[in-house]
Amino acid sequence: MADEIHDADSLSSELSSKDEDRVSVASNWKLVWWRFRKNRLAVASAIVLLMFYAVVLVPDFFSNQDPEATDAFLAFIPVQGISFFDTTGFNPSVPDVVGKRNPVTLKMQWAPDETVRIPIGLFVRGYKYKVLSLFETDIHLIDAKDPKSKGRPHFLGTDRLGRDQWSRMMFGTRTSMTVGLVAVGLSMILGVFLGGISGYFGGWMDMVIQRVIELLQSLPTIPIWLMMTAALPQDWRPERVFLAITIILAFIGWTTLAREIRGRFLSLREEDFILAAELAGCSHLRIILRHMVPAFTSHIIAASTLAVPVMIISETSLSFLGLGIRPPAISWGVLLQEAQNIQTVALAPWLMFPGLVVIIAVLAFNLAGDGLRDAADPYGH
Amino acid sequence: MTSVFPVSLSFWETPRMLRFIITRLLLLPLLMLLFTVVVFALVQAPPGDFLTSYVAMLASSGSSMDAAQVEALKQQFGLDQPVHVRYLLWLGSIVRGDLGLSLEYQRPSSELIGERMLVTVLLALFAFAITWIVAIPAGIYAAMHKNTALDYIFAVLNYIGVATPNFMLALILMWVAFSNFGLMITGLFSPEYTQAPWSLGRFIDLLKHIWLPAIVLGVAGTARLTRIMRANLLDELNKPYVVTARAKGMPEWKLVTKYPVRLALSPIISTVGWYLPQLFSGSLIVATVMNLPNIGPLLLRSLIQQDMYLAGSILLIYCMLTIVGTLISDILLALFDPRIQMEGT
Repeated sequence: MADEIHDADSLSSELSSKDEDRVSVASNWKLVWWRFRKNRLAVASAIVLLMFYAVVLVPDFFSNQDPEATDAFLAFIPVQGISFFDTTGFNPSVPDVVGKRNPVTLKMQWAPDETVRIPIGLFVRGYKYKVLSLFETDIHLIDAKDPKSKGRPHFLGTDRLGRDQWSRMMFGTRTSMTVGLVAVGLSMILGVFLGGISGYFGGWMDMVIQRVIELLQSLPTIPIWLMMTAALPQDWRPERVFLAITIILAFIGWTTLAREIRGRFLSLREEDFILAAELAGCSHLRIILRHMVPAFTSHIIAASTLAVPVMIISETSLSFLGLGIRPPAISWGVLLQEAQNIQTVALAPWLMFPGLVVIIAVLAFNLAGDGLRDAADPYGH
Repeated sequence: MTSVFPVSLSFWETPRMLRFIITRLLLLPLLMLLFTVVVFALVQAPPGDFLTSYVAMLASSGSSMDAAQVEALKQQFGLDQPVHVRYLLWLGSIVRGDLGLSLEYQRPSSELIGERMLVTVLLALFAFAITWIVAIPAGIYAAMHKNTALDYIFAVLNYIGVATPNFMLALILMWVAFSNFGLMITGLFSPEYTQAPWSLGRFIDLLKHIWLPAIVLGVAGTARLTRIMRANLLDELNKPYVVTARAKGMPEWKLVTKYPVRLALSPIISTVGWYLPQLFSGSLIVATVMNLPNIGPLLLRSLIQQDMYLAGSILLIYCMLTIVGTLISDILLALFDPRIQMEGT
C-alpha cells in the first residue's frame, strides 16, 4: 500500500527493510507517484488543474447566466463584492447596483445599492442545461437564491454588451483548456510517430526528419501562426476554426516532443534489454511498444504537461490579436479582446480578469509539469 | 570582458572555425529559398485570389478600379498563370529587391517595411540586452545564495514571469500608468517626432521611450534565462575542482567567477539561437498592444485586410531575422566554447 510509506524520503535514505521490500517491488508508476506526492506545490497545482478541467466538463454548472445573453442596459457593471455576513449571521449576498447616467459624459455610472441585497447560495436553480449532453438539470454552483429576482449577481462584472463575465469565463475556460490539451495531443501523436521512426531506425529517415524539424523550428512562430490563421476562410463554423487552430499550433509544437522522444529512443536502443529482446526474435513493433515506450511514458507525460501552457499562451495571444478563436466562440483570448484598448481598460479594469486566470492556469501547468518531470526521473536526487 | 571569455586571437586563423562559419553562410541562401516556398504557399492559401476580393472590397466601399489597372496588376502577379510560374515571378522580383506594391497603402512594400525595420531590430536588441544584464547576475546570485529568501523571491518572480503572456503584462502596465499617473505609455515617439523624418533628436526620443516595451518583451526570457543560469552554475559549483579550491581557501567571489561562471555561460550563449528569434516574433504582440511602429502591427493589419503580398514580404523579413539570430548564436557559441569547434563541421 502506498499509504504506508509515510515519508517518501525513505525512498532514498533510512530505509527499513520492510520499506525497502516495498520499494523494490513497486511499479514504476508507484515510484513516480511517491516522488510526485512529496512535492507539495506540484500536488496543489495538480488539484488546481483538476478544478479547471471540472469547469471544462460542465461549464454550465459553474456559470450562472447564459454567456451570450446581452443587455445593453447592463453594460460595464463592475464587480459586485460578496459579503458573507449580515445582521442575522452567515448569509452571503451581493449588493444590487443602480445605474445613473453622468449628465456630462453621458456614461453609465454604476453604484452598489446597499439597501437592496441579493442573497446568493450554492447549488441553486437557474437556467436549464444538459450535463455532457446526457441529462438535463438546472442546478448551478452559485447564483441568486431566488431565480426570479430582478437584480442578478455579476461576480466578475459585465462587458461592453452587458454579458456576464463570470459565466463567459467558464465557457472561455472550456475552449482554452481544451485547445491546449488537443493541440498537445496532436503534437504528441506526430512527435511519438516521427520521433520514434527517427530515433529507432536512424539512417536517412532520421536525417530527413531532423532537417524538417530544424526547418520548422527556425520559422518565426507567431508570424507564421498569424499567417496561417488568417488564411482560414471567414465563413467557417466555430468548431472547424477551433480544430484548425489546434492543428496550426501542433504544426510547430510537435517538433520539441519529437526531439525529446528521439533522444529517448537513441539512448534506449543501446540498452542490453533491447538487444535481448531483439535476439529473442521480437518484432520491431513489439520492441517499441512493449519494451521501449513503457520506459519513457512518464517522461512523455511530463514533457506534454509542460507543453500545454505554451499552447494556451499561444492561443490566447492569437485570439487576443483577433486571428485565433473567433467570436461567437468564447476563449480567454476572445474575452481579453474586450480589454484591447486602454480606454476600455481604464473604464472597466475587471475585463482583465481572464488574464489573471490565464496566468494561474499556466502557472499550475508549469509547476505540476516540473514536479512530474522530477518525479519521472529515476536518477534525480 | 576579454579576460572573462577564452577567446584567443589566433582563433580566426583556425581553419576549422572558418569552415564552420562558411558552411553556415552557404546554408543561408538554401534555407531562405525553402522559406520562400513556405511563405508563398501561405500567401496563396486564402481561397479565391486576392485581386478579386480587393476589387470587390473597393466596389463595396464606393470606389473602383478601372479595367486597365486590374489588368496591369494581373500581369504583375501573373494571376492568369499556373502556380509554379507565379512562384518564380514572385521569387524573381524579391531577389531583385522588389517586394511588390501594397494594395492597401498603394506604396511599395519595401518602403513600408524599411521605415519600420530600425524600430523592429532595436526593440528586440534592447530587450535582449536587458535580459542578459538582469538574468546573469540574478542567476549567479541565486545559485550562490541557494535557498535564501532572495533566491525564493527570484524563483517566484521567475514562475510568474514565464506564466504571464506579453500582452497581459503590457496591458497591466498601461493600465497602472494610466489610472495612477494619467500617463499614456503607448507609442515610441513624443508627438512632435511621430511623423518627423529620422534625425538625431528623433533617435534620442526613441531611446527615451523604448526601454519600457523592451522590458515587457524581455520579462519572460529574463525569467527563463535566470533559471537556466542558476541551474548551470549550481551544477558547476558541485564539482570537485570548486570544492578543492574552496578547501584551499580561495575567496568565494573569485572562486565563482574564475571558472564556474564562464562554464555556466556557455549554455546561456546557446540560448541566443532561440531567444533572439523569439524576441523578433514576440515583439509583434507587444508592438500591437503598445502601438509601436514596428513591422508587427503592419503584418497584423495586412493580414486582416488580406493584403497577402505585403504580409508575405513581412513574413520573409521575420524569417530572415530568425536565421540571422540563429547564425549569430552559432558563431558566438563557436567563439566562446572551443569544444564546439572540435565537434563542428
